[in-house]
Amino acid sequence: MTTAHELAAQVRSGQISASEALEHSFAAIDARDHELHAFLYLDHDGARKAAKAVDAVVAAGGDPGPLAGVPIGIKDNLAMRGVPTTCGSKILDGWKPPYTATVVERLVAAGAVPVGKTNLDEFAMGSSTENSAFGPSRNPHDVTKVPGGSSGGSAVAVAAGFVPVALGSDTGGSIRQPAAFCGLVGYKPSYGHVSRYGLVAFSSSLDQVGPFTTTVADAALVTQVIGGHDPADSTSMPDAYEDLVAACGRGVKGLKVGLCRDLLDGADAEIVERVRLAASVLEAAGAEIVDLAIPELRLGLSAYYLIAPAEASSNLARYDGVRFGLRVEREDVAAMNVATRTAGFGPEVKRRIMLGTYALSAGYYDAYYGQAQKTRRLITNALDAAYTKVDVLLGATTPTTAFGFGDKVADPMSMYLSDLFTIPTNLAGHGAMSVPFGNSAAGMPIGVQILSPGRRDDRLFQVGAVLEAGVAK
Amino acid sequence: MSMAGYETIIGLEVHCELKTATKLFCGCRNQFGDEPNTNVCPVCVGLPGSLPVLNEKAVEFAIRIGLALECEVKWSNFHRKNYFYPDMPKDFQISQYDLPLNEHGRIELPDGSVVGITRAHMEEDTGKSTHLGGSGRIHGADASLIDYNRSGVPLVEIVSEPDMRSGVQARAYVAELRAILVAVGATDGRMEEGSMRVDANVSVRKPGDPFGKRCEIKNLNSLRSLQRAIEYEALRQVDCIEAGERIVQETRHWDEAAGRTGSMRSKEEANDYRYFPEPDLVPLAPSVEWIAEIRRGLPALPKARRQALVQLLGSDDQATLDLVATVVDRDLDALVVEATAAGAPAQLALTRAANELNAEGVLPSAASFAATCQLEASGALSATQAKTVLAALIEEPDADPKDLAAKLGFEQLSDDTLSTAVAEVIQANDDEWTRFAGGDDKLAQFFIGKVMAATKGKANGKAVISLLNERRAAAAS
Amino acid sequence: MSDPSPLTKQEVVHVAGLARLELSEDEVETFTAQLGSVLSHAADISSLDLEGLVPMAHPFDLENILRSDVPTASLDRDELLAAAPSVEAGRFKVGRILGEAP
Ligand SMILES: [Mg+2]
Ligand SMILES: [Zn+2]
Repeated sequence: MTTAHELAAQVRSGQISASEALEHSFAAIDARDHELHAFLYLDHDGARKAAKAVDAVVAAGGDPGPLAGVPIGIKDNLAMRGVPTTCGSKILDGWKPPYTATVVERLVAAGAVPVGKTNLDEFAMGSSTENSAFGPSRNPHDVTKVPGGSSGGSAVAVAAGFVPVALGSDTGGSIRQPAAFCGLVGYKPSYGHVSRYGLVAFSSSLDQVGPFTTTVADAALVTQVIGGHDPADSTSMPDAYEDLVAACGRGVKGLKVGLCRDLLDGADAEIVERVRLAASVLEAAGAEIVDLAIPELRLGLSAYYLIAPAEASSNLARYDGVRFGLRVEREDVAAMNVATRTAGFGPEVKRRIMLGTYALSAGYYDAYYGQAQKTRRLITNALDAAYTKVDVLLGATTPTTAFGFGDKVADPMSMYLSDLFTIPTNLAGHGAMSVPFGNSAAGMPIGVQILSPGRRDDRLFQVGAVLEAGVAK
Repeated sequence: MSMAGYETIIGLEVHCELKTATKLFCGCRNQFGDEPNTNVCPVCVGLPGSLPVLNEKAVEFAIRIGLALECEVKWSNFHRKNYFYPDMPKDFQISQYDLPLNEHGRIELPDGSVVGITRAHMEEDTGKSTHLGGSGRIHGADASLIDYNRSGVPLVEIVSEPDMRSGVQARAYVAELRAILVAVGATDGRMEEGSMRVDANVSVRKPGDPFGKRCEIKNLNSLRSLQRAIEYEALRQVDCIEAGERIVQETRHWDEAAGRTGSMRSKEEANDYRYFPEPDLVPLAPSVEWIAEIRRGLPALPKARRQALVQLLGSDDQATLDLVATVVDRDLDALVVEATAAGAPAQLALTRAANELNAEGVLPSAASFAATCQLEASGALSATQAKTVLAALIEEPDADPKDLAAKLGFEQLSDDTLSTAVAEVIQANDDEWTRFAGGDDKLAQFFIGKVMAATKGKANGKAVISLLNERRAAAAS
Repeated sequence: MSDPSPLTKQEVVHVAGLARLELSEDEVETFTAQLGSVLSHAADISSLDLEGLVPMAHPFDLENILRSDVPTASLDRDELLAAAPSVEAGRFKVGRILGEAP
């Protein structure tokens, strides 16, 4: 399919109108989304209006921006004024925010056309989209398999060719894992690179918005549009970033790449093999490969599954039936809160709220939350130490390729374990990227993961672009 | 009911709304009395996806308060205090927990006693509920309506040490605290409008014993209620103990009409606020330079102003100290100082300012105030006349006191007219005069009254007395 | 740090209360087992000696992010209240509140 770079160039030069590009998108969605369920909502009217506005700018000889006319899928945990925003939850069914997320505003200002809201695990809690209250999405490569999660709908929308770009959010791997499962580039920016204003919070100190694209260069282009300082987000980094689009062409000559044992052990043999092949592609392009171990990364899972639920338990308190969303009426407010939350949240959300409430509660704080925050420091220190020896780390994105529906539902711990390789990046607040690197024997996509030190995301694009070119050969 | 053998231990928590233009974490207006839910945005209504950004001015006010309370101003951060309540839109309050901005301060009260300040931290206010049905109180209402205009208004919570020992002292503490907060410009200090809200922790013990179990009293919205509630509560606790009952640690509500405290809820629903660092905000680390700049901008505080007046007066007897406290409390000390510099006797200026002037209204200029005091001191105006002139000056602040006195008919009688009047009165009251001349001083008042009547109040009392004495001396010789 | 004791059903019920959730008997059973399994996995960190490490609340050491005290536009009240389950007289309406705020 046409990349965002190509499509924007065509729209800006008048080769195709934004409205035509949009109708192609809608047609593709109409043809196959009943089967895949990438979208929870299509904003036909809003998208057509946005496309027309782009066309008007082109007609007037102006420049609608670097994403001119590019149809984009928006994960349904990003607020869009007047457009239903459900977070995949019954508790927000029908809620139309009175404001728009910064990232969506920036996309539109750059000429992009948001086509609708994509499916996700409820409140972004999950690794398969099976936790969506509105039914799961399906992997376009094999509809009996999950697309991954939590940003599964966004991954499916791009992988199925509905849109060249979709936004996701990544708290513990929710962009990279579905990107790997669906054969896409998935990028989780360094914490603070992309504004969280308007992203419905799951775990505030871990959440970060990022793109799904078919090419590394597109990921750079989209991130340059949505990224950068936002005064509405206190955790948004005030200083500027390296040019990511330029980094895509820089090559990897002289770059030290750490092939990390703790991002490989436990992965399927064919995934390990592909990661080793990726290392050899980088070596051939002039990088130096260093084998190393960072055993502390293994502790990430426990730290993550205490910190994220703790923050979530507090972030999700506001769904109380008072101001917006579902209310199950009872005579007194406390009983109404209980009835509303009990009916409105699905089992995984309840599980994590309970876990987080427990981890923060009197008497357990030090043993769980406090200890998890110290472990977070331990892991970050270990990564910092590794980055004194290498410039980037290389490993697998996921231990397996896309699994089947229902495979991990009964045992939450087995589902959580599939996030083992992606979690450390979120804990440290660093950037990481999953790049598609061939398929398994069964024909399912395999992703290779690149990790970089905090705020040196440019290196991900250097490496990613070389891998992308290498796998094509 | 008696406190015999017991002492009361009081610690206060005072919530003070800051006078910023906008709320603590969003740009909505911080304004009292607007149409409900008009000063609201995604942040202060807690809409999903919204994020807080800290208001610099609120921090500056909080630091001013900290410095005025002689606190250490420190590296601090924000925590979430988690509990469900409908007027709190996120169902957690952003507050400060183990690392507050200000710690370890003190207030010296006008009587010289010192109350320790544990901390003065920043937090956000909640929305406001109106209760339908019943008496308008929460109990007995069937439904409530919520307005989030106040949600997110910046507060500083000032927590005292349990250093106070009486309702009177607690009242003096809050009065002094309010004066400080108003002086530094952080708040308007209006307790009735809720811009200052006081909770009192009260316990009793036999002197020397460890602290007893304490009760927290809420809804104290005037200085008077504060003192009454503490006095009531202390007696209640002593009665409990004397009756062999145990004090239950609980929150109690002050019922102003009934003049008693009542239990609000049982503590079996023990609160577990699950505090943890607010991940959407970064730490607050005011620089040494910023703190120094704020310190330089602090106005003179009530204590220093009282000391300056006492020094000016050269007297520190209790009556003077009370007048000084009143004058500073009403923000009239600058006027007294200026009037004194312009020639008014300090003690007279102090007394007249304390008793005749009101800072809420229009004030005379220092020059007119000084001139009026001088007219009184010289005997040109009687005390009553001087007070009347001051009242007239408030109506016409630009007028000359002499002109006002004239307009009021207070112009000095000529010496001739006065001695003629005195002579006529003596003549007409022969018997009384004989007794006065014989040494019956009580009759002086009688003659002053008669002369006043004859001169339609224009006579100066002191001048009449000296004329009477002159004539008595002449008669005796 | 010693290994915390295993999660009990009573604790699960207590935590559900704090979180304003109601669990059926069956859910109490399942959640106790499932949460217990996550917590016992977390034993790998609860047994670590992390003395001296500063708890990490944020990825980066930003400080003093402040905005100036300048009013910005508020929401349109009708748009805000349109999303509310119940409204009266320009306010959000709720049922009986059983106690004052803590
Ligand atoms: Mg407080
Ligand atoms: Zn607001």
